[in-house]
Amino acid sequence: MSLKPFKSIGIGVAYSPNLKANLFEAARLSVFFGAKLFLIHVGEPSEEKTNMLSIILKSFEKDKLDYEVIFKTGDPVNVILSTTEQKKIDLLILGAVQREKILKYYVGSIARKITRKAKCSILLLIKPAVERMACKHIVVNGLKDPKTEQTITTAFYVANQLKSNKITIVEEIEEEEIHVKVDDDKSLRLATINKERIKLRENSRVKEIITHIPEELTKNKTIKLQPIFGKRGYSIGHYAQITRADLLVMNSPSKMTFWDRLFPHDIEHILTELPTDVLILQ
Amino acid sequence: MSPKKNNIKDFFKTLPKNIFSGFVVSLIALPLGLGLAMASDAPPIAGIIAAVIGGITVSILGGSHVTIVGPGNGLVGVLLVAITTLGLEGAYVAIMCSGILLLLLGFFRMGALADFFPSSAIQGMLAAIGLIILGKQFHIMLAHKIKRGDTIDYLLEIPFTINDAVHYENKGLIFAALAGILSLTIMLFYSKVRNKYLQLIPAPMWIVILSIGFSYYFEIGLHEPNPIAPEYMVSGIPSIQEIIADLPTPNFSGIWSFSFFGSVLALTLISSIESLLSIKAVDKLDPEKRRSNVNRDLKALGLATVGSGLLGGLNVVTVIARSSVNVNQGASNRSSNFFHALFLVLFIVFFSTQLTRIPLPALMAILVYTGYKLASPKVITKMFSIGKEQLIIFFVTLIVTLKIGLITGILAGVLATFIIHVIINRHLGYGLFFRNLLKPNVLMYKEHGNKDNYYVSVKHFCSFLNYFRLKKHLDAIPENQDVIVDFSLCDFVDDTVLENINNYQELFDKRGGHFGVVGLDLHDTETKHPFASRRLLPVPNIIKNSLTRRQTNMETLAEDYDLKYYPKKKKNVSFLNSFSFFSTKHINHIYNKLSQKDNDITVFDIEFSEGEFIAKEEGRKTMLHINLDQRIPEFTLDKEGFLEKVSAFAGYKDIPIENHDDFSNRFYLKGENEAGIAKFFNDDVTHFFESNPYYHVESNGSAILIFGKERLASIKEIKALYDFGKRLKQVIQTV
Repeated sequence: MSLKPFKSIGIGVAYSPNLKANLFEAARLSVFFGAKLFLIHVGEPSEEKTNMLSIILKSFEKDKLDYEVIFKTGDPVNVILSTTEQKKIDLLILGAVQREKILKYYVGSIARKITRKAKCSILLLIKPAVERMACKHIVVNGLKDPKTEQTITTAFYVANQLKSNKITIVEEIEEEEIHVKVDDDKSLRLATINKERIKLRENSRVKEIITHIPEELTKNKTIKLQPIFGKRGYSIGHYAQITRADLLVMNSPSKMTFWDRLFPHDIEHILTELPTDVLILQ
Repeated sequence: MSPKKNNIKDFFKTLPKNIFSGFVVSLIALPLGLGLAMASDAPPIAGIIAAVIGGITVSILGGSHVTIVGPGNGLVGVLLVAITTLGLEGAYVAIMCSGILLLLLGFFRMGALADFFPSSAIQGMLAAIGLIILGKQFHIMLAHKIKRGDTIDYLLEIPFTINDAVHYENKGLIFAALAGILSLTIMLFYSKVRNKYLQLIPAPMWIVILSIGFSYYFEIGLHEPNPIAPEYMVSGIPSIQEIIADLPTPNFSGIWSFSFFGSVLALTLISSIESLLSIKAVDKLDPEKRRSNVNRDLKALGLATVGSGLLGGLNVVTVIARSSVNVNQGASNRSSNFFHALFLVLFIVFFSTQLTRIPLPALMAILVYTGYKLASPKVITKMFSIGKEQLIIFFVTLIVTLKIGLITGILAGVLATFIIHVIINRHLGYGLFFRNLLKPNVLMYKEHGNKDNYYVSVKHFCSFLNYFRLKKHLDAIPENQDVIVDFSLCDFVDDTVLENINNYQELFDKRGGHFGVVGLDLHDTETKHPFASRRLLPVPNIIKNSLTRRQTNMETLAEDYDLKYYPKKKKNVSFLNSFSFFSTKHINHIYNKLSQKDNDITVFDIEFSEGEFIAKEEGRKTMLHINLDQRIPEFTLDKEGFLEKVSAFAGYKDIPIENHDDFSNRFYLKGENEAGIAKFFNDDVTHFFESNPYYHVESNGSAILIFGKERLASIKEIKALYDFGKRLKQVIQTV
């Protein structure tokens, strides 16, 4: 499986109180990945705005940060999507919104539209900070899906770039796969045996994937496999939240229709309640 | 969790025990069945038909193990309405239809239905049913038949009826009322009198036997007619031939009416709730720790109800009081349910004429007592201790049920609960419930560590609305495993969930697992939610600094004997769970603990309860617990009495000790490992027991439990008990 490193990173820039934190996160990531940073602003270009950006990013000069500011007017969703395609951006950074009063984050309507339509990988940040928070623990999905191998490989690549040592691969298994409904002791015994069997099968499948990953990416990493019986997309977010993971890496959704939004599943669950920073890989 | 071996052998080995407990249960089921049917305005035999058809069908097809089915007291109110509006024939059709609905509930795996009702609303509904039964039958108990439109009117009329009863002139009525009062007294005080010969026959059967005896005494002894007014005698018990000849013809004419559908729905709702609650409660009592297949039971109950309605019987539901008795009498499988039905048939075949000698007030006294148990003031104090808002829910359900009807009542209760939940959580935003209701908020996985354990995390909120999700996960865990349930991501946990969690904790404790709850204390401080805080930190008892005289005496005793004394209640009683005495009992707490410095010998008072739900009886004893350094066989040693001799026929076996006829005659010894026990009871041990006072002695392999009387011990008795234990330990150490 070929690895696609992040060569260019994009971020939407709006002049809000969060601007500095957002820019710092984006700049730091660009430095880590050695990528070029594109600052996309929806609006008229002006001298003042450019100066402000360069003042903020001044502290990254010593890290040789290469960045470019793009001004474009129009509908924010279209502007950002078209710019990502034009500039061949690999990774787009979006900020999340905090629900009033309580510590819960969700993805705003613009960011959500972009997430659904974007053709590149997306990083959703819940609390951008000026100071760097170390990324220690990455949770990645191990679904039975053609994209998974690429996702896990990239997760290891990201872990190396961000210097995080722990990776947990969560295999979400739909409960229908157990084929037994628990009614009494006998069916419970059967269900427990079936679960163990499925777990073994899933673990060996993921282990097989790990052997395909270049060794320099996997060495010195603590790798944990965690099978979970539960709703796809939701359980992994819940798991990332309780294990206090710093980054959750997911496959991109295959296709979204109107019904998928009405009856949320997979990635849509994550968008309504972000457990932590989420990286959606294309 | 036993493999499939020896199933048939086991069945036959336990058969005598099951026949015996089936017999005891039938003694209760007979008067209750007659009474419940009459209270619902159906012919008395309808209750017996329900019990017989139910017992046979459910014992063959059901999925639970030690439950008893029959006519349920919860249904009296609904049946009453159904029979008054639809007529008897129409009501039988409604019963059959509700049976079909129950069958469907089983097929669609709706066994979780009862979990959707908040516990305070269910309590309110049960209390309302209790009042319906009590209100109507109280007047008949005092030989004062009246007809009123509303349950509340019946209740308001009670003082007038008492006044009338005091001024009766008619001898027939006086005797009838006396029979009622006497029977009520028997019901009230039966459990207080702990005499094993008296307890051999259940209270309702005492009432039946005494009243039949009374009637024969007048007829044969005094050659006089029975002084009780004839209109207050049970009438119309048909012989078995008549039952078969007079099968009711179902009347399908009124089935498209609104009241018919209402009745069918109410019958289905109440019978499924009552059955599901009972099954859950009985599972906690099952000494063999099996798990019932509720959906299968629902199907069997549905089928039985259809059959019962067809033959002119009432709805068949799982009943808690009779099931509790069944467990206590040593039933181990469904056959006891079958034999209970069989004995009922025998009663009807051989004694149907004798049954007409029972005075109606006596029968109704049994029901008044049942109604009182459902609506007892204890329920209200318990509600209040959980929280004031529980009382609101309770009374909303109660009053709406009495005023309008059962279905409206329970729906009002559900609505009231929801509104209260929204109000007390308004600081979290109203979206908490609406936004998160449909989310799969429970995550469960197996944590790998030194010992694998299950970890369950719940998000957002957990209340009666989405408890079924948590329950589904918890049910998928074998009860001998370790579980941690984490509520730290949960903003709100309601009392219904906490109550159920508490049940799980007991279940796991009993079956060798461990069930831990974390994260609740955390969010007490963070989100200040009232239910959890009140549940976790119950209002501290008004500080009991003043010890009773017995307690001060125990304190001095502790000083004299160099023991530690700890008067406060202790809830951690898991060390007692493995004793067979507690296998069908629930330990509430121990208190007044006296212990040696090294904790090897402890004496304590204990409060425990037998039965569940409305059939709950509490007991207190003083016990001595000895920790042993060596392994000894598991056994139970008791005084050999009449009861043990009787039960020996029923399959219990006394293990004889060679060369100690005196010991074998006076003591009753039982246990699994016969050879080991015979070896353990050597000359020294046997002599020790022969030459000392009698105690009930029980070993669980690594510890011994000793207790005497059916009550708390006095200081003198405690000293004797302590001395006995100390010497017994020395004797055992030489073995």
